[in-house]
Amino acid sequence: MIEKSLLDLWYGFGVALQLHNLMWSFFGVLVGNLIGVLPGMGALTAISMLLPLTYTLHPVPAILMLAGIFYGSQYGGAIGAILLNMPSHPPHAVTCLDGYPMTKQGKGGTALGITMIASFFAASFGIIVMIFASPALVAVAFKFGPTEMFSIMLLGLLAGATMARGSPIKGVAMTTVGLLIGVVGTDVNSGVQRFTFGFPELSDRVELVALAMGLFGIGDFLLSVNRMHFISTTGTKVRLRDMRPSKAELKQSFMPMLRGTLIGTLFGAMPGTGPTITTFIAYAVERRISKTPERFGHGALEGVAAPEASSHSKTQVDFIPTMSIGIPGDAVMALLLGALIIQGIQPGPQLISEHPDLFWGLIASFWVGNVLLVILNVPMIGVWVKLLAVPFRYMYPCALFFIAIGVYSTNNSLFDVYEVLVFGVVGAVLLALDFPVAPILLGYVLGPLVEENFRRALLLSRGDMSVFVERPISAVFITICTLLVAGQLFFAARAALRKRRGGPVAQLPPLAAMHEVPDLD
Amino acid sequence: MQALSHKRVRETVGGALMLLIGIGSAWGGSRYSIGTLSRMGPGFFPLALGVILALTGVVLIVLAQVAAPEAPRQLLPPEWRGWLCIVLAVIAFGVIGRYGGLVPATFATVFISALGERQNTLKSAVLLGLLMVAFCLLVFIWGLQIQFPLFTWGGR
Repeated sequence: MIEKSLLDLWYGFGVALQLHNLMWSFFGVLVGNLIGVLPGMGALTAISMLLPLTYTLHPVPAILMLAGIFYGSQYGGAIGAILLNMPSHPPHAVTCLDGYPMTKQGKGGTALGITMIASFFAASFGIIVMIFASPALVAVAFKFGPTEMFSIMLLGLLAGATMARGSPIKGVAMTTVGLLIGVVGTDVNSGVQRFTFGFPELSDRVELVALAMGLFGIGDFLLSVNRMHFISTTGTKVRLRDMRPSKAELKQSFMPMLRGTLIGTLFGAMPGTGPTITTFIAYAVERRISKTPERFGHGALEGVAAPEASSHSKTQVDFIPTMSIGIPGDAVMALLLGALIIQGIQPGPQLISEHPDLFWGLIASFWVGNVLLVILNVPMIGVWVKLLAVPFRYMYPCALFFIAIGVYSTNNSLFDVYEVLVFGVVGAVLLALDFPVAPILLGYVLGPLVEENFRRALLLSRGDMSVFVERPISAVFITICTLLVAGQLFFAARAALRKRRGGPVAQLPPLAAMHEVPDLD
Repeated sequence: MQALSHKRVRETVGGALMLLIGIGSAWGGSRYSIGTLSRMGPGFFPLALGVILALTGVVLIVLAQVAAPEAPRQLLPPEWRGWLCIVLAVIAFGVIGRYGGLVPATFATVFISALGERQNTLKSAVLLGLLMVAFCLLVFIWGLQIQFPLFTWGGR
């Protein structure tokens, strides 16, 4: 088993290092990093804006490029958080807490260096987990029938809805809205056009890119226009040699890095836990076990290393359910899954055997891409710092244009441009009412699969609903679903009771910076 | 608008919105054939989802009424100019793209949306628009060769 995995990995490196694939991977990392650095742009914006570029590509370079954009933008986000106290992407909000004080003490370079090492270390660990866990999961997944598929998707959706930040009931509402958006179009079983409102363009489903760019692009711009202000970057000069941490600093951050990695791996294995909650918990754990918790918030190196490591290992582990069962854990994965489906590849247990070049090439490219990221960031850090200073008022008109032309090029149709506008306005309204919008994307991507498997399972059982608890694997998933809901109810009730008594309410570290960040994940 | 600074109002409005969408979807779904559990028609799934959504709406409304009142959140003033410009910019891309071609559409989108920010001057908006036209020609037309006529007159 292990030998075979290593052999496959070797093959994967052969794929990832082909000049053509390497070039696209490099391009993805570069552009992802660039967009991630820009204020207000996260991984979701970066991927959805560049998704149309991949339509003309072969599936392998396309997915390598998208994955590169993903971890590139993730790293780029950390730069803004550390140097400017600006969490351009919610998961990095926690990095601000100690990263920015380090910058003020003139140690911003060290923080960036540690971030780089932590990400590389954590990503490598996550990749190794992925190499060995994916084939094992596939072996189980082959036993899945429609009943099991429905139950596990229900679990994924429920977890995605309730475990993200914010109110669980709102998460459930948004997931349902996403599932409803997924219903729009021609019903595969009967050929009936559902909810198309007479637009022939809608008979082929709502466009993924239009939905994603509306919610995460235009929706966000509507909320930020005239409210993002120029931040001075003077005093944040970072030189190359500043980035190399000393031996003592390396030693100090090694254990937090390891703990962060393990927390990220654990949370990556749980579907639906967003990256933000993962980084928060990694930070909270570090502060709890530290002998000197008072240093946290004033430039503790551990407070940078652990959250960054956790977000990167989680990223890698998130790919496991996405690639091996076809069930995305969060909105970014849903977007990548959508990209695969557009390429004509149905993710699922058969993916590894049917498209080994894609799967193993992707895994190998994670390493290649992370090395590229390190190489890229060492000389480019000065450029990134300059980019941080690009005012929002110049940036968003250009981004708006990219969105318009990107969504047009998906089908060469101007109808999609109006579609993106509608979703943008909807997204802004929902965000203003404190609804998390990321579960919509998850629901939309999984919607048709959920419906199809639900129908098939009940067709096979002749309409007997008890089939979902009678089949053992499915029963396990349903039990976890029940526990999840029960747990949420318990915590909600306890919090309400404490509040009524006026006692302290257990909370994650307070974050003034978080209030201004729209809840995108 | 100002009422939205209170969490109770926000939650109630959100819940009502969900209730409305839920009822709408359930009603829409019930117009397609529903079928039975063993042979579901195209209407079953949307009907079920609509009911679930309407229920979450009801729960949100009820929770908002019973929750302890919280201090109102400072609301930022409405940004009509920015909102209008962004919406118009996207519509302009569609309309001008159809009746005028890619070059004027690109310029219009960037120009109009740039005017949404109060700090942008007319000159900087024009400059930004022209820069983006050049960039668009280079990347999208020459580089990616997307299918979009540069100039047209009177629609296509």
